[in-house]
Amino acid sequence: MLTAIGFASVYISRRSHISTASLTYALLFFVLYLAAHVVARFTVPNADPYLLPLAGLLTAIGLTEIYRLGPSNAFKQGLWVVIGVAVFALVIVVLRRDYRLLENYKYLFGLGAIGLLFMPLLPGIGQTVNGSRLWIHAGGFQFQPGELGKLALIVFLAAYLREKREVLAQGRVKDWGPLLVIWGSAMLVLFATGDLGSALLYYGIFLAILYVATARLKFVAAFIGLFLVGSAAVYEGTPHVRERVTNWLHPWTTQKVYCALNGHYTLRQDCASYQMVQSLYSIAHGGYGGTGLGSGVFSNAQGAPLIPYLSTDFIYSAVAQELGLVGAAALLLIYMVFVLRGFRVSLAANDGFSKLLAAGLTFGFALQTFVIVGGILRVIPLTGITLPFVSYGGSSVISNFIVVAGLMLVSDRANA
Amino acid sequence: MNNQLNRLALVAVIMLAALIVATTYWQSWAAGSLAAKQDNAIELVSQFEVSRGLILAANGNTVLAADRKVKRNGQTFYFRHYPSKGLAAQTIGYSTSALSQTGLELSLNDYLTGATSNLSNAIQRTLNQIGGGTVYGDNVVLTINPGAQALAQHLLGDRCGAVVAMNPRTGAIYVMASSPTYDSNLIDKPGGYAKVLKTKGACGDSSALLNRATYGLYAPGSTFKMVTASAALDTGAFTPTSGFNDPGYCVEYGKHVSNASNPDQTAETYGHVTLAQGFQHSINSVFCNVGKQIGAKVILDYAKRFGFYSTPPLETPANQRLPSGLYKNNKLWFPKDPATEVDPGRLAFGQERLQVTPLQMLMVGATIANGGVVPRPYIVDRVIGHDGSVVTRTRASNLGRAIKPETASELNQMMVSVVQGGTGTAAQIPGIQVAGKTGTAETGVNKVYTAWFVSFAPANNPQVAVAVVLEKQLNGFGGAVSAPIAKAIMQKLLHR
Repeated sequence: MLTAIGFASVYISRRSHISTASLTYALLFFVLYLAAHVVARFTVPNADPYLLPLAGLLTAIGLTEIYRLGPSNAFKQGLWVVIGVAVFALVIVVLRRDYRLLENYKYLFGLGAIGLLFMPLLPGIGQTVNGSRLWIHAGGFQFQPGELGKLALIVFLAAYLREKREVLAQGRVKDWGPLLVIWGSAMLVLFATGDLGSALLYYGIFLAILYVATARLKFVAAFIGLFLVGSAAVYEGTPHVRERVTNWLHPWTTQKVYCALNGHYTLRQDCASYQMVQSLYSIAHGGYGGTGLGSGVFSNAQGAPLIPYLSTDFIYSAVAQELGLVGAAALLLIYMVFVLRGFRVSLAANDGFSKLLAAGLTFGFALQTFVIVGGILRVIPLTGITLPFVSYGGSSVISNFIVVAGLMLVSDRANA
Repeated sequence: MNNQLNRLALVAVIMLAALIVATTYWQSWAAGSLAAKQDNAIELVSQFEVSRGLILAANGNTVLAADRKVKRNGQTFYFRHYPSKGLAAQTIGYSTSALSQTGLELSLNDYLTGATSNLSNAIQRTLNQIGGGTVYGDNVVLTINPGAQALAQHLLGDRCGAVVAMNPRTGAIYVMASSPTYDSNLIDKPGGYAKVLKTKGACGDSSALLNRATYGLYAPGSTFKMVTASAALDTGAFTPTSGFNDPGYCVEYGKHVSNASNPDQTAETYGHVTLAQGFQHSINSVFCNVGKQIGAKVILDYAKRFGFYSTPPLETPANQRLPSGLYKNNKLWFPKDPATEVDPGRLAFGQERLQVTPLQMLMVGATIANGGVVPRPYIVDRVIGHDGSVVTRTRASNLGRAIKPETASELNQMMVSVVQGGTGTAAQIPGIQVAGKTGTAETGVNKVYTAWFVSFAPANNPQVAVAVVLEKQLNGFGGAVSAPIAKAIMQKLLHR
């Protein structure tokens, strides 16, 4: 574990070639992880030893890239990491005796999830960013409550499905009720807020937990069928979705098409798919070895940024350009190791709730990575969500630290 | 539940592995084609982080294109400027931040950015990059003679047309001028590009960006008689002394095809003449009869040997050069059955649907000067690394033999007689024998012609070949308006 932390800190110290002042960042970061480690060591001594260092490594990569893209953002992100680690410690300390008591409050979690998802729709505090209404804004402070809603939903699904898995597997209709209501309204809210990436993510998590709990592939197949029908309806009904699919299939046009952004006719790569296409150029520019940290091209000759949302949703294309195929593949391998450790925790857990909880958290983590990176790489249509631990964004950092805390709690109990 | 968990884990791993595969695809497989996309803003910017090599004229001193260092937001950019303010503008092209590249700036981009260097340079480049140092491109030395190039542009003035000159022995291009022209420095200035697009020559065309020397298509008029005469002599069907009777016209398909007009609007009439005299005075009826006798197929086959029907090789981008030949509906056209589809008489004296570039007609003249072997034109003499070492040097080569040495020699003499006492006397240079051929092609507008002159000198030991074309010349005959320009260029290049 210490070697991994060491590697993380060595990695961060590489930033010193950009500015020596950043060494303090590295030091602060190291101390922070040491603290987190000490807390974990005393409260959950039997927890999986790899999860926290891996999370630290990812955070370090993200912080480094964010620092390179804009030092002021890195400071804020640093603060969020501090808060994230504090929340991590808090969760572990509070739930160290038995996190399974969460099971008793499952409906509370279910309702809480919907409440959190609804929050941005409330007038006054809700805020629309980039066509999606998923921020709340209060006193110079922005937050995406959906990130926490996701976790609450996983807790609810894990608890409910643990209790009802046998009866559900036999297909008793009335037991589907609460599940469908809570989950269905969550989906509704998501479509209402226009946050398609998260909708896709939640649907995937739901299917995964359902499958693990019931072992019925036909349920999964049925829900995928429902999803396709729903997608078709959404595709027809919302221009937002249609545009995303068109951009995915045909990012480059040779003829001018209508551009909704400025009302003129332009090539699609100069309008709707501009961000995606430039991001692909950024990745391609990296090649095998990358341009090196600090040497990537992210702004034009006049200094204006080329790719919007580079440090949040599109951070992967920044990393891929500067670190190249080697670095990008290494980053994805870190995610893979984290995910495999997560599933190992789930496999080792002794009770159904723990298994489902760990599996839900882990699969959600993997799926989130897939949805955003796959979107950037044109594997699937692009929907903007954050890359866990790496993207700039406070809510995302905090919720991911809670994921780590949850997985460590489960593994501590399993190994005790 | 563990079975399901294992399967779910597999799904997750496959998803993440797919991302690695996709990343590999974009960063290796697709990287090249993405980098070549016109709208790639990242490549556009990153190329300005490279100190581009110089483009120099043949003397190695005259700088045609250079870099200006600009520091902006802590980053160093190198922007292009053109110290000779548009000397050979269309040939050099431009490389700007606002627009993509053209001309040699485009086709030599890999050299100018140091991307095609050998392994040790590649390593050096990578080391520079990692160390944050500047990547330097290679310098390019052209075969362009700056004095003659400037003179050609000056003599063209605002008249639309082109002047191309080369060494007929090697194919090295000395002059490649196209008019109207522009100052390449304007392209990157606000509103400059629009201004260049509006630049009009005396012909009224606003196409300053066009390299007329390699992309302008013109009716060759009588300059094509060099090709017809080559075919007539080379096949053995005629000799220079073959006799003709010229009544002032030639009968084709039962109709009269008249010679060029005298000033009083009557057709010139020469009576009994030889083929050589027909060439000297550019008598259409003579060539009309030659064409009828040897047929369109033979003439077109000889045209092919001179390089017609293929894009002439040169270092400029391929889409800035056009092949010469018969054109039908704006497309290059080789008739399936020339005997029935092409009028051999009109083809023989350069009418029909022939469209040629000045470079192609220069190649015809240079081939005759070079004893019948077509020189391969080139404009890049050598590429020099940032450290001064020669990266590559162009070796003169040829495109094969078009006509026998004897035929070339006979044509050489016929072309000398054109300048000595025929249609091209305006190209005479004291003390040197000049060989030439005039061309005055009808444009469809009465008394407005495309005026040609193709020449080389000294005739007994050719050092330089020139082709001049002027568009839309009112009463302008090739021998009167184009020959003096060719003469001045040859004098400049021969230091006479």
